[in-house]
Amino acid sequence: MKNWLNPKSMTGIALIAIALIVLPHVVGMGGQAWVRILNFAILYVFLALGLNIVVGFAGLLDLGYIAFYAVGAYTWALLASPHFGLHFPLWAILPIGALMACVFGVLLGSPTLKLRGDYLAIVTLGFGEIIRIFLNNLNSPVNITNGPQGITLIDPVKIGDFSFSGTTQIFGFALSGPQKYYYLLVALAILVIIINVRLQHSRIGRAWQAIREDEIAAKAVGINTRNIKLLAFAMGASFGGIAGGIFSAMQGFVSPESFSLIESIMVLAMVVLGGMGHIPGVILGAVLLTFLPEVLRYAVGPVQMALFGKILIDPESLRMLIFGLALVLVMRFKPAGLWPSPERSRELSDKPVEAVK
Amino acid sequence: MSDILLEAKAVAKHFGGVKALQDVSLAIRRGEIYGLIGPNGAGKTTFFNCMTGLYIPDGGGFVFDGQPLKADAPDRAAERGIARTFQNIRLFGNMTALENVMVGRHVRTKAGVFGAMLMNAATRAEEAAIRQRAIDLLHYVDIADRADDLAKNLSYGDQRRLEIARALATEPKLLCLDEPAAGMNATETEELRVLIEGIRKDGTTVLLIEHDVKLVMGLCDRVAVLDYGALVIEDVPAVVQKDQRVIEAYLGA
Repeated sequence: MKNWLNPKSMTGIALIAIALIVLPHVVGMGGQAWVRILNFAILYVFLALGLNIVVGFAGLLDLGYIAFYAVGAYTWALLASPHFGLHFPLWAILPIGALMACVFGVLLGSPTLKLRGDYLAIVTLGFGEIIRIFLNNLNSPVNITNGPQGITLIDPVKIGDFSFSGTTQIFGFALSGPQKYYYLLVALAILVIIINVRLQHSRIGRAWQAIREDEIAAKAVGINTRNIKLLAFAMGASFGGIAGGIFSAMQGFVSPESFSLIESIMVLAMVVLGGMGHIPGVILGAVLLTFLPEVLRYAVGPVQMALFGKILIDPESLRMLIFGLALVLVMRFKPAGLWPSPERSRELSDKPVEAVK
Repeated sequence: MSDILLEAKAVAKHFGGVKALQDVSLAIRRGEIYGLIGPNGAGKTTFFNCMTGLYIPDGGGFVFDGQPLKADAPDRAAERGIARTFQNIRLFGNMTALENVMVGRHVRTKAGVFGAMLMNAATRAEEAAIRQRAIDLLHYVDIADRADDLAKNLSYGDQRRLEIARALATEPKLLCLDEPAAGMNATETEELRVLIEGIRKDGTTVLLIEHDVKLVMGLCDRVAVLDYGALVIEDVPAVVQKDQRVIEAYLGA
C-alpha cells in the first residue's frame, strides 16, 4: 500500500493496465469462446473474493455459496426478461440483486451463528441445495422461476443506449459482445478487489479475523460476534449476487442446473488452492481453476494423438482426472495454497522458528 | 461515585452436580489490586467466566460501576469496562502482535463496512488513531520490537504481555488477569509485578487470580480465598496469610 505512487510501482501498474486492455484481443485470436472463458474467469474472481470474506477472513466454512450467485442471477433474470415482462435498468437491478443475495446471506447466517467447522459446512451445503431445488420447482402452482426450463431472453447489460451484447464499432475497432463484457467485468473486478483489500485492513476485517482465530477471545475484547458474523455472510453474499446478475445478463439464459453443488465446491477450491485469506492468491486460484479445465479440454485429445497416435482414454474423463490430480498435488506440496499470505507461508515453511527458550 | 467498582452478590454456578460456586459475595474497590486465590478447582476461573459473561450464573449476579451486569454478554461486559486475559493464553495466533492489540480497540471505535469501503477522512483518522494507540500499548508492555511478528511466534512471556496489552486496549475500568504468572520464572514474575503495579498506578483496578502466593501477598491490597466454590475469607494479605482455614485449604490438613 505504501508508496504505490513511486515510479517503479507506476510502471508496474501501467504494464498491468496495458496487459488487461490487450488481453481480450490476444485471447480472441483463438476464437471468441476463449474470451468468454476469460469472462468466466473474472466472474469466478468475484465469487472467490466474496467467498474469501466468509471462509478466508471470518473462518466460516460455507459449502453453499453458489446459492447467492443463483439468487443474484435469478433476480436479474426475473427483473429483466420477457418472463414477467419487466425490463429494469442496470442501476436498479444490480443493487436489488446484491440486496436480495444479502438478505439470503443473513437468512442463512442467523440460524447457523453457533455452528462452526464441519457442522456449519453441512448446514450451508443443505442451504445451497434448498435454493437450487426451489428454483427447480417454483413453476407451479404459480410460475415464478419457470422450473427446469430456466428463463430465456434475458436483457443484456445496457448503459444508456450502449448494449454489451452484439458487435459494435468503436474508433474503427470492432468489439465483440464478450470483449465488451470483458472490459465491464475488469472494471467491476478492480472495484471489488479494492473493496476487499480495504475491508481486510479495516476494523471490521480485523474483527472477522479475530473470530476466525479465537471466537471466545474475540467476544472477550468486546466484539459482537453475532453481528460481525452476519456481516461476513451478508457481504460475501452480496458479491455473489452481483456476479450472478452479470452472469445472467451475459448468458441471456439461466436455469437451476448452473447452480449445482460442484460449483460451490469449485469456488471453495479456488479460495483454498489460491491461498485462503490472501486476496492475490484467491484471484490466482480463480483464474487458474477456470482456465485449467478448459485448456485440458482442448489439449488432452491432441496430446494423446501426438504421443500414441490414437485416443486411448476418453478426453472428457481424462481431463477431470488430470484436474483432480493437479488439485491433490498442489494441496500436498503447497498446503497453504499457491500464493499464501506472507505470514502464513512463513508459518508453514520448514525454516526453523527461533529457538525455544 | 461509589467506592465499590464491582460487587458480586451471592453468585452461584453449578455444572451438573458439581457446585463450582456457592453464593460467593465480594466487593472490589476502585483503584485496588484485588487477589483471588484458592487451590486448583476452587472456582476461581468459573467466577471470572461468570463475571465476564462467558457463563450464565445459576444464582446471584454482579453490579459493576453502579449498574447490574448483564449475564451471557461478554461483548457488553467489555463495553462496560471489564477486560480479561485467559489462563491458557488466547491470542489471535495468525495475526501480528500489533493487529492483536488493534482488535482490542474494536469496542471503542466505530468504523463500519461503508467507512471501510469508502475510506473517508473520518475512517482514515480513526484507523491511524487505532494503530498509534496499539503501538503505544506495545511499548507500554515492552514488546514493541515484536509488533510485526505473528502472535503465535512470540515467546511465552511475550504472549502473556501481549494479552495484557490487548485487554488494556479496550480501556477497561477493571482488568482481570487469570494466572498471569503461570509458567514464568522469578525474573519474569518480577517484571510482571512491576507491570501490574504500573497499570494500577495509571488508574485501572486490577483483579488477579494467581497461584503464586508470594506474588499475590506482595502485590494485592486485599485478597479473597475460594475453596470448593465457597468464599473462605476476604481481607488484607497479612490477615489472610495467618487464617487457619486458608492454611488448611492449601495444605489439605
